[in-house]
Amino acid sequence: MKKILLSSIIIIIGITFLGRLSYLQIFSFSPDQVLEDPAIKAIYDYPERGYIYDRNGKLLVGNDPAYDVMVIPREVRALDTLEFCTLLGVPKDKFIKELKKARIYSPRLPSVLVPQLSKQDYARLQEKMRHYKGFYIQKRSLRYYDTNSAANVLGYISEVNERDLARNPYFKQGELTGRIGIEKVYEEILRGRKGVQYIQKDRFNRDIGPYKDGQLDTLPEQGKEIHITIDKVLQEYGERLMHGKHGGIVAIEPATGEILSMISGPTYDPALLVGRERSRNYSKLHYDSISLPLFDRSISFEKAPGSPFKTLNALVALQEGAITPSTSIGCSGGFYIGRNKKGCHCGGGSRNLNSGIYNSCNAYFVGVYRKIFDVFPTMGEGMDAWEKHMESFGLGSYLGSDLHTGRRGRIPNRAMYDKWYGANRWSASTTYSNAIGQGEVAVTPLQLANMTAAIANRGHFFTPHVLKKVEGKDIDNPKFTEARHTTIDKRHFEPVVQGMADVYNHGTARWVQVPDIAIAGKTGTVENFKKIDGVKTQLTDNSVFVAFAPVDNPKIAIAVYIENGYYGSRYAGHIASLMIEKYIKGKITRKDLEQRMLEKTLEHEYAKPYSGEEFKINSRVW
Amino acid sequence: MSGKSVLKRIDWLTVLFYLMLVLIGWLNIYSSTFTEAEPSIFNFSTLHGKQLFFIGASVVAIIVILALEASFFERFSSVFYTISIVLLVGLFLFGKTIAGATSWYNLGFFNLQPSELAKVTTALALAKYLSDIQTDIKRRKDQLYSFLIILIPAILIVPQPDPGSALVFFALSFVIFREGLPLYYLGIAFLGVLVFVTTLMFGTIWVSIVITLMIVLFFLLKKKRFKIPVMPLITFAVVAILFSLSVNFVFNNVFEQRHRDRFSLWLRLEKDPAKLEQIRKTIGYNTYQSEKAIESGGFFGKGFLEGTRTKGDFVPEQHTDYIFSTVGEEWGFVGTATVVLLFTLMLLRLVYLAERQKNSFSRMYGYGVISILLIHYFINIGMVIGVLPTIGIPLPFFSYGGSGLLFFTILLFVFLKLDTNRLKEGI
Repeated sequence: MKKILLSSIIIIIGITFLGRLSYLQIFSFSPDQVLEDPAIKAIYDYPERGYIYDRNGKLLVGNDPAYDVMVIPREVRALDTLEFCTLLGVPKDKFIKELKKARIYSPRLPSVLVPQLSKQDYARLQEKMRHYKGFYIQKRSLRYYDTNSAANVLGYISEVNERDLARNPYFKQGELTGRIGIEKVYEEILRGRKGVQYIQKDRFNRDIGPYKDGQLDTLPEQGKEIHITIDKVLQEYGERLMHGKHGGIVAIEPATGEILSMISGPTYDPALLVGRERSRNYSKLHYDSISLPLFDRSISFEKAPGSPFKTLNALVALQEGAITPSTSIGCSGGFYIGRNKKGCHCGGGSRNLNSGIYNSCNAYFVGVYRKIFDVFPTMGEGMDAWEKHMESFGLGSYLGSDLHTGRRGRIPNRAMYDKWYGANRWSASTTYSNAIGQGEVAVTPLQLANMTAAIANRGHFFTPHVLKKVEGKDIDNPKFTEARHTTIDKRHFEPVVQGMADVYNHGTARWVQVPDIAIAGKTGTVENFKKIDGVKTQLTDNSVFVAFAPVDNPKIAIAVYIENGYYGSRYAGHIASLMIEKYIKGKITRKDLEQRMLEKTLEHEYAKPYSGEEFKINSRVW
Repeated sequence: MSGKSVLKRIDWLTVLFYLMLVLIGWLNIYSSTFTEAEPSIFNFSTLHGKQLFFIGASVVAIIVILALEASFFERFSSVFYTISIVLLVGLFLFGKTIAGATSWYNLGFFNLQPSELAKVTTALALAKYLSDIQTDIKRRKDQLYSFLIILIPAILIVPQPDPGSALVFFALSFVIFREGLPLYYLGIAFLGVLVFVTTLMFGTIWVSIVITLMIVLFFLLKKKRFKIPVMPLITFAVVAILFSLSVNFVFNNVFEQRHRDRFSLWLRLEKDPAKLEQIRKTIGYNTYQSEKAIESGGFFGKGFLEGTRTKGDFVPEQHTDYIFSTVGEEWGFVGTATVVLLFTLMLLRLVYLAERQKNSFSRMYGYGVISILLIHYFINIGMVIGVLPTIGIPLPFFSYGGSGLLFFTILLFVFLKLDTNRLKEGI
């Protein structure tokens, strides 16, 4: 017994140890991930973010060096706080608070104390920095904007948040990512890939050399430069025209679907969201609840399209054989829905397709709308066919552009009306406002422009997009290079296009003609209601205009939507004509008109609902 | 006696185990103290260089030991013992303090740690005393004397303070048990530890219930013909329960916080993650880091000189007490299992050698050697892999430390020398 006691103890100990070791090293073994290993420090080398150019190679967004004041709390020695704060330009209490925060984060690791100094501050500080132990200046690169426009298209970058970190393991705390617009959508292209260098450190966090002789280290991969389809000159011009006006302008090149400009008014200078003042500026923009500068009206603003929608009803009617171009309908200065007479401002008389369009006759189009449904045995089937045609123009759904925000708009359908009124309890008379683009139909300016491009192309369009080239190479994404066809035959477009051309020749937009450019367009004056303190109140009409030019070889299709701009040609029409002239001719011949559009604001209209006083709408006072 | 015959009769298997452990140990010291700036292995200003020097010194010591008469060690054991006690006492006057412990004499070129010497001499003295014809281990007086031989150096070492080394001496009581001390002493000590630990883990109530249940079961299952005295058993149970009750009192009132923390770390008593994190950063830092380092090694390890945690000195004292964590990180399970196997085989071999001694002095000394090596190996690796509380003693043949390696070598080779002499009746 005693002889084997010691041997047994030795063996039991051996087995216990092997058991514990196999538990540690085999069962709960988790290989040190290079990044989680406390002994390895990763130093990142951030590549420069790709530059963004416009369609003509003009620089929109570049990079600017920025300088952060960093601190390693452990190394901070006694200093003249007040003097240093004055030098840095931060209040003393904030300085102390930040320093404390850094110390709590880690006494050994560097933290950002004052982010993003200007170049001037940097120059001033650089000399004196060495007097302050534990502080140093780190260089990094910030976005630099060579334009004060297109903020809604370009978007901005900001520090990654918890969600980004959880979603994409590439990101590390404190890195930047595109937050919205092109910066977000083409983040991967623009960002490049950071390089990494692994450093072996000891438990005091001191570097003691490269890890594995740098075998795992990688070089940074540069961000790629991109060209976008936006025309910088046109974009800037459009934003100037939008001064003091709320609404959106979208211009598309019909032959390619490239978005030439996408203007949302009011907007902001993209440079506001860079640098030290960023968060303050952002709050200001974010809380501006009347102008909503961060709200991209060009793609997120859904409203009734008004009369431009009539052109589509005409096309559907032609396609379904409900009318021919010569079918005439009489207008008695209005039309009847049941026993109620609704007004029409076209002047009255007998209207056919051509004059119906150029005079924008409501009575004519309500008649056309009814005739569409007469073709079908039931209202339901008629509505299904109508909806299908409308949707083939990219309405009522996301267009699938490469801008991640936006709204889908709305094309009413059978299910919706069945739900509202009950099955078979509605008719063309119930839904007649669809005929004139009022009521349930809702579109965004982008959809409106795209619809115009489809008409300009006589039946097809390309998904609107903003990316043109990556590293000088044209995009070949079939999503953007393949035509999408509408359900309307090509032959039905000519009479409608002719009508739209006559809008300029002798119709509702005859006084906004542009010399030497043949334009086809359509005005729209949209009734505008808003709930004010729970009461549905009518405000000044929205001014809408769609156009493309030249008629025979369209270079530009444009939609202009001006909130409270009153009748179509008043603001939207003028602005559209100036945009077209600017784009096609490169200069403006009608200087006084330009002057007027640049100066006029509609701020007084926007103030009305908030004034708390009685107000008049649709006044002709300029 | 010619050197050639010693070399023929020495137990080469043990020597082989010894050489392998020393070699593996040195490689790991090299890895944990290595810097890219000084890759030379013969630079004696580096720690691995110094260790290499002491390996050489150990070889010299081996040659001297093997050249000496075997009887020399037995004859002078009392003298050696007295010298080491004097040296231990002298520490109070002339000792050099390193890391808070006054355990060393500064001899200029190296620091002598007399407690290491005392391990060898106490083992010799105990063997000498027990093998004396006049000693009868069944006698209380002789039991007391043998324990005193162990206790005196231990008591002198505790205030250095070096409780870890003091603990080692108690392992020598194995020798006394081997030579006839009733085993129930050991049994009671074992039960005491068991009750202590289980009380901390599960509480007095559960321990009491289990003790009572076991007594009841014992009576229910015992065969009729066994006459078991009832009263002593019940007394035993009552004492055990009272002891269990006192454990909580002692733990909470006598122990200091750092002791409590060590225990709560060892027994995983702390469940609150925040406090656990706190313990990991303070008292449990070493253990936590060494466990993590071993864990990160996996089955095959990260490779020689590739241990990132070793290189980063994440485990404090890695080249001394925590050297085994380097094995774990760089050589993985393959390495740690090899080391554990080498120790196990070596110790078993030594047991075999001890048991074949005709001479009782040699046998008892052999048991002393085994006890000392075993307790070091058990406590050190147990601590490093987190199955025992933190008690700072080195891993024999492995840990950095000149006098440590030298005296472990002497300890072992004196026995191997005695073993070469086993066939000669009476020295």
